[in-house]
Amino acid sequence: MAAAAQEAIHEHDHHEESFVSKYIFSYDHKMIGKQFLLMAIFMGLVGMMLSVFFRIQLAWPGESSDFLNMFLGDRWAPEGILNQDMYLGLVTIHGTIMVFFVLTGGLSGTFSNVLIPLQVGARDMASGFINMMSAWLFNISSIIMLVSLFVESGPAMSGWTVYPPLSALPQAVSGSGLGMTLWLISLTIFIASSLIGSLNYIATIVNLRTKGMKMTRMPLTIWAFLVTAIVGVLAFPVLLSAALLLFMDRVLGTSFYLSDIIIGGEMLDNVGGSPILYQHLFWFLGHPEVYIVLLPALGISSEIISTNSRKPIFGYRAMIGSLLAIGFLSFIVWAHHMFVSGMDPFLGSVFVFTTLLIAIPSAVKVFNYLTTLWRGSIVFTPAMLFAIGLVSTFISGGVTGIILADSALDIQVHDTYFVVAHFHVVMGLSAIFGMFAGVYHWFPKMYGRMMNNRLGYAHFWTTIVSGYGVFLPMHFVGIGGAPRRYYDNSIFDTFNPTAGEMMLDLNVIITVFAIIGAFGQVFFFFNFFYSIFRGPKAPLNPWRSNTLEWTTPTIVPGHGNWPGELPEVHRWPYDYSKPGAEEDFIPQTVPLKPGEEEH
Amino acid sequence: MGSKLIIILVIIFGVLAIAQLVRVSELTAKHTKRKEEEIPENENKFNANMMLAFMVALYAGFIYIMLEYGYVDLGPAASTHGKDIDWLFDLNWIIIISVFFITNTLLFVFAWKYSRKPGVKAYYYAHNNKLEMVWTVIPAAVLSVIIILGLRTWNDTTAKAGAEYENIEIFAYQFAWTARYSGMNNELGRFDYKLTTAENPYGIMTKENINRSLSLMKVGEPGHNGIERLENQLNDRSIIMSAKDRKSLEVELGRKERMSRLLEAMSITYSDSLDDLANDDVIVEDSLVLLKGQNYNLSFRSKDVIHSAYFPHFRIQMNTVPGMTTYFKFQPIYTTNEMKRKLNNPEFEYALLCNKICGGSHYRMKMSVKVLEPKEFLEWQKSKATYDGTPWIKGNEAKLLEYYETIASRVVEN
Repeated sequence: MAAAAQEAIHEHDHHEESFVSKYIFSYDHKMIGKQFLLMAIFMGLVGMMLSVFFRIQLAWPGESSDFLNMFLGDRWAPEGILNQDMYLGLVTIHGTIMVFFVLTGGLSGTFSNVLIPLQVGARDMASGFINMMSAWLFNISSIIMLVSLFVESGPAMSGWTVYPPLSALPQAVSGSGLGMTLWLISLTIFIASSLIGSLNYIATIVNLRTKGMKMTRMPLTIWAFLVTAIVGVLAFPVLLSAALLLFMDRVLGTSFYLSDIIIGGEMLDNVGGSPILYQHLFWFLGHPEVYIVLLPALGISSEIISTNSRKPIFGYRAMIGSLLAIGFLSFIVWAHHMFVSGMDPFLGSVFVFTTLLIAIPSAVKVFNYLTTLWRGSIVFTPAMLFAIGLVSTFISGGVTGIILADSALDIQVHDTYFVVAHFHVVMGLSAIFGMFAGVYHWFPKMYGRMMNNRLGYAHFWTTIVSGYGVFLPMHFVGIGGAPRRYYDNSIFDTFNPTAGEMMLDLNVIITVFAIIGAFGQVFFFFNFFYSIFRGPKAPLNPWRSNTLEWTTPTIVPGHGNWPGELPEVHRWPYDYSKPGAEEDFIPQTVPLKPGEEEH
Repeated sequence: MGSKLIIILVIIFGVLAIAQLVRVSELTAKHTKRKEEEIPENENKFNANMMLAFMVALYAGFIYIMLEYGYVDLGPAASTHGKDIDWLFDLNWIIIISVFFITNTLLFVFAWKYSRKPGVKAYYYAHNNKLEMVWTVIPAAVLSVIIILGLRTWNDTTAKAGAEYENIEIFAYQFAWTARYSGMNNELGRFDYKLTTAENPYGIMTKENINRSLSLMKVGEPGHNGIERLENQLNDRSIIMSAKDRKSLEVELGRKERMSRLLEAMSITYSDSLDDLANDDVIVEDSLVLLKGQNYNLSFRSKDVIHSAYFPHFRIQMNTVPGMTTYFKFQPIYTTNEMKRKLNNPEFEYALLCNKICGGSHYRMKMSVKVLEPKEFLEWQKSKATYDGTPWIKGNEAKLLEYYETIASRVVEN
């Protein structure tokens, strides 16, 4: 089947392609990867704008802002003051877009597509058609999610986790009407996209590796994409079922999540359901999702740090082992999101144990990165800067996870800004840094041109400064006991005005950095789009890298990737600065010299 | 309008400025034959130095924020288990801050120190099992300590409350809280959401309430249809209504009939002696008032959506879930006045906040909490009446006060 598909693609290559088949309904994995990337960049822009809107409200509550009025209109920001329901809508859609559409679809979708066939030496994905379907389902779900922002009653307003009963009852909050329906439809389509995409990635990695590409010679990017895809295939269906049951509760009057409720003066006859059931189902995906977001970023940074330190990645097998361990453990930690949900405390203690275990493989990864840098010959390409930034945020965000994993401590900081700060640093910043690193590193492969380095430096330094500037102070807002998803903290004035003032001060600092960070992204947007058309032409192997994607005869490979024979692999991808070699890199296609040990 | 124009202009000029910068950089690149893929020495050096500079700035910023805004005036834990949590938090905080500083320092210093230098080749170093074992075992050991200490505190905090604990129910609804004290018998009256009516907003179960709900279900509250009226409307051929209206009436009728069957079942199995449990309960809507040193067992319930009862000063948090009762036990150890002195803040008060997104006014869902000395507490109790309208305090006040004094004196300042 796969061979036939490959043959068909090869045939296809001889025809002149129309605009539609080349750019829109393309089967080519590289084009599909670029489609994912463009959509994700657009969604990222939207998600970032939404966050700037609500950050303005948090720093200057109740003050009129023309900026808000300009974008949200008189319906949601009358006289430039954000509506309190819309505040929740913004928070919800910001989270949904960033987690699913940017960091899952965008990160995994883009780089799995662009890199898997190229790095394992295949002509395309196992199924080009399914791959195209995946991209288009992603586009459709993105559009539905964006449309939900514009419905009369507002978008979903129950937080990105959409806990029922709030999300099930339109009487509870206006966004739980049509907005929530669209949210569920969009997510359902998104899950379908993600599932068929992941199956395709797994099939390609398992079946279509070129001659000599043993599992133990695969770049860590591919290992990361493989584990991510497996985790996704196992976890997303559970979210699908959670969403379907929620849909039934909303539409068909079932009582999976609803029991004993009086809302808006109306007594509902739903009896026997449990909102806790939803939380279990949601977080059974929700926590692996964190690693679906993070693992590709870690894979990308492994590759980039090794290449630009001009050193082999330290502990290749340990890196694979820790990827697998994280992937496995991610399935047995979900209920640490539910320590104070009313769940049995004994169950809580089990999850404390498994959750803290996950810190071990994470620590191994960090120390291996550090050792890879040690005595390297580091070249600071923009990609390398972001990869180093990733290691820093992965540390800084990871350590606070130890507090949250400890159920006794979670009682105090659960659902406060401490949590918000924690996951934004460890999965928001780290994953987006991984994504930027990947874009800077593989841009030449995608578009045949180079991005501007100096804009890249400016982009990195403004991003990391503003990233830490936003999220470091946020930890202290949370330690002070400020609950998340509050429209403002004015309630503190009624019982502890000093605390209220301090929180407001911190919120101003955070918002100022958020705005600087948002402007900092202009460096990237400009650089990206300008370089697609005007960037200097890229050489074949700009970063002097070992992996297979740099062995194609043209910098942007045609459909089928390698005309003629597929390359043969003779060594692992991390032979940098190997003693006895002339150059400081040895591509995977170079045969071992007589007597040379592999590694 | 003016500022909109300015925003747009700023964006346009910003983009133009970057375009010009790129243009300049491209021309100089052409001039010096620089290639984007080759990072020149001066740029590499610049980024290496920036790594160090950034590290210093990060640490300086972190320390400044921590000193300036450290605990955001939260104050010391005002409950017994809260003290344990704070101790554990401080221990974890010290561990994670050390890890944060050590590893980030290694990262940025390595990045700076091992930046590319002419003639220096990277050191080929692929793996070292011993080293990797070290940094698997050390985190594992540290984490075991954290896990053991954490679980000990968790088990103590969440252990079941004994009989000596005072029961209080916290009832949550969009967007306020109500407290129900269990009265002199220390047992809360039963409740059922189906009994909720305008006269019985908290669904408390008594014979009278059951009968009232049953009759309302049949006859209907003012402005609402009861079963009888619905049946009449549906059977009255002279009323012309659309199929949609008829359908919705039928659905409403079906629901009411089902509810009333459930209420009838409740009424048959109900034992009148249960009325006593409810009758001495005390419902307080404005604030939760506690006695210093008393052990309390809070039970939580919700009327509509999930809320979360968050008492930041007591280090308490528990979700309130519709259809399910949740619990948290604790002992307040500082009165409000003591806490005011500790924080040097005369405006301080304890608070109960909602910490689970529950709708538009989530951020305003608060109840004030007071912890009082025995005397004040007794005075307050005397001003409150029970569910059936009798005084809360029955019996010997002096003896009660004495008892309260012993409770308050259990708290020893350390």
